[in-house]
Amino acid sequence: MSGTSQNRAIDARNLTRRFGSFVAVDHITFDVGAGEVFGFLGANGAGKTTAIKMLIGLLAPSEGKATVAGFDVATQTEQIRRSIGYMSQRFSLYEDLTVRENIQLYGGIYGLTDEQISSRTAALLASLDMQSMADDLVARLPLGWKQKLAFSVALIHEPKIVFLDEPTGGVDPITRRQFWELIYSAAANGTTVFVTTHYMDEAEYCDRISIMVDGRIAAMGTPRELKERFNAPTVDEVFVRLARPGAGQRGAA
Amino acid sequence: MSNAVVVRQLTKRFGAVTALAGVTFDVADGELFGLVGPDGAGKTTLFRILTTLVLPDDGEARVLGLDVVKDLWAIRARVGYMPGRFSLYPDLSVRENLEFFAAVFGTTIDEGYELIAPVYKQIEAFNDRRADALSGGMKQKLALSCALVHRPDILFLDEPTTGVDAVSRREFWDQLAHLKATGLTIVVSTPYMDEAIRCDRVALVQGGRILDIAPPRDIGKRYPLPLVAVRASERYRLLRALREMPNAQAVYPFGDELHYTDRRANRSATDIARELETQLRANGFPDATANPIEAGIEDSFMSLMRSSETESPNVGAA
Repeated sequence: MSGTSQNRAIDARNLTRRFGSFVAVDHITFDVGAGEVFGFLGANGAGKTTAIKMLIGLLAPSEGKATVAGFDVATQTEQIRRSIGYMSQRFSLYEDLTVRENIQLYGGIYGLTDEQISSRTAALLASLDMQSMADDLVARLPLGWKQKLAFSVALIHEPKIVFLDEPTGGVDPITRRQFWELIYSAAANGTTVFVTTHYMDEAEYCDRISIMVDGRIAAMGTPRELKERFNAPTVDEVFVRLARPGAGQRGAA
Repeated sequence: MSNAVVVRQLTKRFGAVTALAGVTFDVADGELFGLVGPDGAGKTTLFRILTTLVLPDDGEARVLGLDVVKDLWAIRARVGYMPGRFSLYPDLSVRENLEFFAAVFGTTIDEGYELIAPVYKQIEAFNDRRADALSGGMKQKLALSCALVHRPDILFLDEPTTGVDAVSRREFWDQLAHLKATGLTIVVSTPYMDEAIRCDRVALVQGGRILDIAPPRDIGKRYPLPLVAVRASERYRLLRALREMPNAQAVYPFGDELHYTDRRANRSATDIARELETQLRANGFPDATANPIEAGIEDSFMSLMRSSETESPNVGAA
């Protein structure tokens, strides 16, 4: 690899986390380039959440190291928090605040000035076509709108990297695709996107994916490379074969 | 052959929200019937009415020949219901949860054992573990065992695979196929379109209405316009270029390709594919390929959504 850590958004080397005798994340090594859409896949319990918590500075590694936006996850957590955005399905927006209040709140949390907050609030409402809903409570919005708003709010401080934890659960297929167009557009502007999903067709939208099994990265590459390597028609099939050896054959029988 | 479920013009409102807007369908005895649609489509309300937990405002529904309003006690004894959010008691163990559900229905685990065994055996080793300490996949297996322990004649499963990884989802559908083979009627909802293929028939549900009902393999055949799969290395730029095509009706990402629907119903998809490929290669996409394809369930669902939105008087209300 000739790339330097400067143009890598994420660089993890032997990153490991133990809980007692249990190794949740077991020496994972990978990097993600600037502007890349990286799919972080794995079965429930494979260690994805623990790995993400280390990358966003919420959990200290037991061993190994990682940099995110050039900052060390073990020692520079404050700088990392300013350089990343985070969105998950469970924890994102405040339901009992309005759309505008949520945007302003997050702008404040991320340390934007009043001027920045007011100009970005206007720009964000316009780009999502949500001006008419600006003063509605978030609780009243359809799920798809909440997801788009949560994504845009996670980008309000123009982070280098945004982490999306199962961002599209529960919405209709058109809304799901509109969400992915927001992702593409952010990536086209240079934002790195790190995303987890249970929709295997969405895995195919990523530039590269990794598949975690039992705390380790069992495979990594472009969706096409992985399909060729495993001689499988879809990423779903690759996933099933890796995550549960033998399950693929059983399903085919 | 009789019908395990008969639903006619079923309607339910919650304040200003119409959760079900006159839904009509039948489920045959022994059928594996799928309700496919996003959150808010009305799937859960439909399950709650069919399991006698909510009263309809209008229309009627019969389950196993019994009326959901008048015969609620008779229905309750004979249906198994796995709600979307787990129904388990978190501070009871695996065994205690199962014993509890058996006791509520006046039976025992032993009496239901044969039916639940294929599922229950996978978690039996954890009999003494509290339900809140189980993994998502194990909770799902326990909830299914609890819904089956009184040997119901029909099983209602509300989004049993939501939030569950791809491998566990596949295993769960294998178990449903096994249960269907015992003669059980199963009605199951899912937001994952790819799972619909495992059903005998599916209803596509959106905004309290049924958009279409058919065997999964037939749904795509009704796609009204030519459909072409397009690939090129720069996908996002390709997406925007295809949207600009004069005859583009819809363009969506599908896995590693884009699905392009052309508005000219009288042209063949093969001709359109050839035309598109030539145009794209001449205009900055040298590696573009385009091939005619048959629509899948997700293509059809989106097409039906688009046409129901243009017919609806409340466009933009969402």
